[in-house]
Amino acid sequence: MGSLVWLSSSSDVDVMAHGLLKYHFFGHEVWITTTHVSLLLVMMILIGFSIAAGMAMRKGTLVPGGFQNVVELIVEKLDNMVDGTMGRNAKKYYNYIGTVFIFILISNISGLMGLRPPTADYGVTLPLGILTFLLIHYNEFRYQKLKDIWKDKCSPLPPWLPIWLPINIVSDVAVPISLSLRLFANILSGTIMMALVYGLLGWFATIWPAALHVYFDLFSGAIQTYVFCMLTMTYVTNAIGDGAEAK
Amino acid sequence: MEFNESFILGCSAIGAGLAVIAGIGPGVGQGIAAGHAAAAVGRNPGAKSEITSTMLLGQAVAETTGLYGLLIAFLLLFLKPLLW
Repeated sequence: MGSLVWLSSSSDVDVMAHGLLKYHFFGHEVWITTTHVSLLLVMMILIGFSIAAGMAMRKGTLVPGGFQNVVELIVEKLDNMVDGTMGRNAKKYYNYIGTVFIFILISNISGLMGLRPPTADYGVTLPLGILTFLLIHYNEFRYQKLKDIWKDKCSPLPPWLPIWLPINIVSDVAVPISLSLRLFANILSGTIMMALVYGLLGWFATIWPAALHVYFDLFSGAIQTYVFCMLTMTYVTNAIGDGAEAK
Repeated sequence: MEFNESFILGCSAIGAGLAVIAGIGPGVGQGIAAGHAAAAVGRNPGAKSEITSTMLLGQAVAETTGLYGLLIAFLLLFLKPLLW
């Protein structure tokens, strides 16, 4: 059989998430996979960093120095990003967008530390997309009148002729799917590319794959994080609309 | 008519190759976006950082369709759904 079979069954090329531990949960087989382990490690990094940041801020000084400076810089950059996109609605979303941004960023670049990135598993990115979906529609129903929403959903045609309604609903449902698939496919393709380079080239893959790591893990991961947060903010701002006053 | 495993794997490989043709579209789209961004920076060098971030956002969104094709290719190659 050709190299395809060798490629897909070789133990050198390792791209899939593996099950580590199986247990029964209400009659279902539930697996603890490598994704859970790397997710746990990412969470531990984040929790450790936040505890350290909290301690640094507790004995913070007016003129920041050292670690306090770094923390303030990160928070300021994230807040500025939210400010630039959401305008006057930004204040309520500093926390959510900042959290999602740091989580996705650390997850994406955890490939540098030899982990399989948690975001290369669709079970991690789909919930993020669904959270965005819930935020969009919560804000839509909160800040817009039902009549306006109905008019918007029948949009190119007049509101008494809802022929276009199913198509608009499909495009609403497609938002979280495309958001999560974009993140997932980018990180997965980077992971598979690196696994192929290391698995198939053997001893030849020394030192120079570092350049590929910079592209696939750092650059691609950072861009996708930025895009995810940017699109979430744009959708939410559109859902709030400009008529209603956000409190 | 019964197909054997090698035949299905070969056809999966051909399908994966065809699916990655989807990469043409994003290539053209990203090139157009980068070209217009370069023109915009030439016209207004002061707005360079804003233009760059807008360009990257648009390119990342345009990349999605190509990634769908790549995803189908990966599914065909690694998950082998036709053998189930």
